[in-house]
Amino acid sequence: MGTTVTHAPAMEGLTKDSEPRHGPVKSARPAALKRRRRRENLAGYLFMSPWIAGFLLLTAGPMVASLYFAFTDYNLFDAPRWIGLDNFSEMFGDPRWRHSVQVTLWYVVVGTPLKLLAALGVALLLAQSRRGQAFYRAAFYAPSLIGASVSVAIVWKAIFSDDAIVDRTQKILGVDAGGWTGDPDMIIYSLVALTVWQFGAPMVIFLAGLKQVPRELYEAAEVDGAGKLRRFWNITLPMISPVLFFNVLLETIHSFQIFSSAYIVGGGAGGNACGPADGSMVYTCYLYVQGFENSRMGLASAMAWMLLVAVALVTAVLFWSQKRWVHYEEGAR
Amino acid sequence: MSAHATDVTPRAGGLRHKLPGSLAWHLGSLLILAVILYPVVWVIGGSFKKSEDIVGSLDLFPGDPITSNYTRLGEGIADISISTFFLNSLTLSVGSVAGILLSCSLTAYAFARIRFAGRNLLFTLMIGTLLLPYHVLLIPQYVLFRNMEMINTYTPLLLGKYLATEAFFVFLMMQFMRNLPKELDEAARLDGCGHLRIYWSIVLPLCRPALITSAIFTFINAWNDFMGPLIYLNEPDKYTVSLGLKMFVDQEAVADYGGMIAMSLVALLPVLAFFLAFQRYLIDGMATSGLKG
Repeated sequence: MGTTVTHAPAMEGLTKDSEPRHGPVKSARPAALKRRRRRENLAGYLFMSPWIAGFLLLTAGPMVASLYFAFTDYNLFDAPRWIGLDNFSEMFGDPRWRHSVQVTLWYVVVGTPLKLLAALGVALLLAQSRRGQAFYRAAFYAPSLIGASVSVAIVWKAIFSDDAIVDRTQKILGVDAGGWTGDPDMIIYSLVALTVWQFGAPMVIFLAGLKQVPRELYEAAEVDGAGKLRRFWNITLPMISPVLFFNVLLETIHSFQIFSSAYIVGGGAGGNACGPADGSMVYTCYLYVQGFENSRMGLASAMAWMLLVAVALVTAVLFWSQKRWVHYEEGAR
Repeated sequence: MSAHATDVTPRAGGLRHKLPGSLAWHLGSLLILAVILYPVVWVIGGSFKKSEDIVGSLDLFPGDPITSNYTRLGEGIADISISTFFLNSLTLSVGSVAGILLSCSLTAYAFARIRFAGRNLLFTLMIGTLLLPYHVLLIPQYVLFRNMEMINTYTPLLLGKYLATEAFFVFLMMQFMRNLPKELDEAARLDGCGHLRIYWSIVLPLCRPALITSAIFTFINAWNDFMGPLIYLNEPDKYTVSLGLKMFVDQEAVADYGGMIAMSLVALLPVLAFFLAFQRYLIDGMATSGLKG
């Protein structure tokens, strides 16, 4: 990589910033400038080369391949056979697929808002910095780090099974519904609980956002006689709306892709991958079953593309809605 | 932290009802803490219980603690020693950390400090990969690695880490590098340094916090990863801790609940240790990721 060594220190000194501005470059000869620009390009692409290789080999290439597989019948052993839209019509006609869509949407729609509400609520609590704030912040964040592990999924399965703490607690409250993980209708809520339990990551981001709200705003509002709720609604919420947007976007996209916890909490010894009566059959679980257990790579690719379209749509809608509720600094207030 | 936080926090002051307020605050925080920690305490207590007492009993800790759940782990899982799984996970995690640190910092440097043609386009593409669901790549990547006869090796799990495919870390490091004073580069350039020298001797050392944050996140993610190993590894002696644990569950869930709980806890220990040692880096890294969007 010796190519990036510069030979003309004097010339470098003249062009203060490599940015092509009009002012300070007037004394540099065009030829030297061109040479310099070429050197910058070369350096840029050399530094970028691992990423470019990765992008082509592991992202762009596979995406094209996946799109092609989606229109084929492919079992890994025989060459892919073009079948047009058959995978898609099979998918839409498959009640198990529709069930997995339903389970996933339910998980996203219930889990994500609850998680973000918990995160915002606790962030507001912690923002009133008192002694021990850093400790609580760290402790509340910890589940986000371990939550994705197989260990926690195993523990979760135990805690939500028959006769364990959750079952006993609801019995005390007069509900005799049994453990959640054995119940096709309830198991998804144990997964919702698992994601809400990991509210720490968005909470940390909320907290950072709350700390950037200028205090003068609150003081001015207080002078004007605005109550706590009004101050939250008219100051805090608009001021942290970019952070809120970021959290909503990331958490929603992540929720759509839930796999490990559903696979392990729902996985029984009997080879049923995704819960009693498919109760925790989230979208990616079914994708895994079709692709890797049934060797239907074409169908699984079609499913993956539907997921991509869904996530892209949600992302687009969120970005579009941004204009209405997200206030960036210049336009704030 | 709390020392400097006081002056930027809304409603920090207020002598009015100082004592009751702070009492309520602590009670609320402790209540949340109890809910958060319950599963962790439960698994610690359970690992010292007899298998049949683990789920049914509400006592967090057993009256007569036993250690056989742990000593039993010495026998391994399906004739494979636990240390094999740990060594495999460690290999993958350390390999991932090295790859991410090197490849992502090179990419971040290019975005932050070099003005090259096409930079904006590449940057947009990179941000796009940040939002791309991994599952779209799952099957074609599997087919690719299968055709290259790399199933059951660690290459599919590591290659992406050396090719900067984790845009989150590129982004994190780039934000950090952009905030370093430009004058540093200019001074170095006057001394005749090229980009490689500036990257290696000036920018990287100053980026230590971002590098540490990335390294820890990478380690923990690789350690926790389940789907990747599940798909690419099929010989138990290559299994990671996560896969070993899943194998344990599938085989022994009914017979040896205690061993399973103990193993779950042991599998978490490296992550918990990292967290305790570096929680400041993790939380600060997390916080900055959301701010400059």
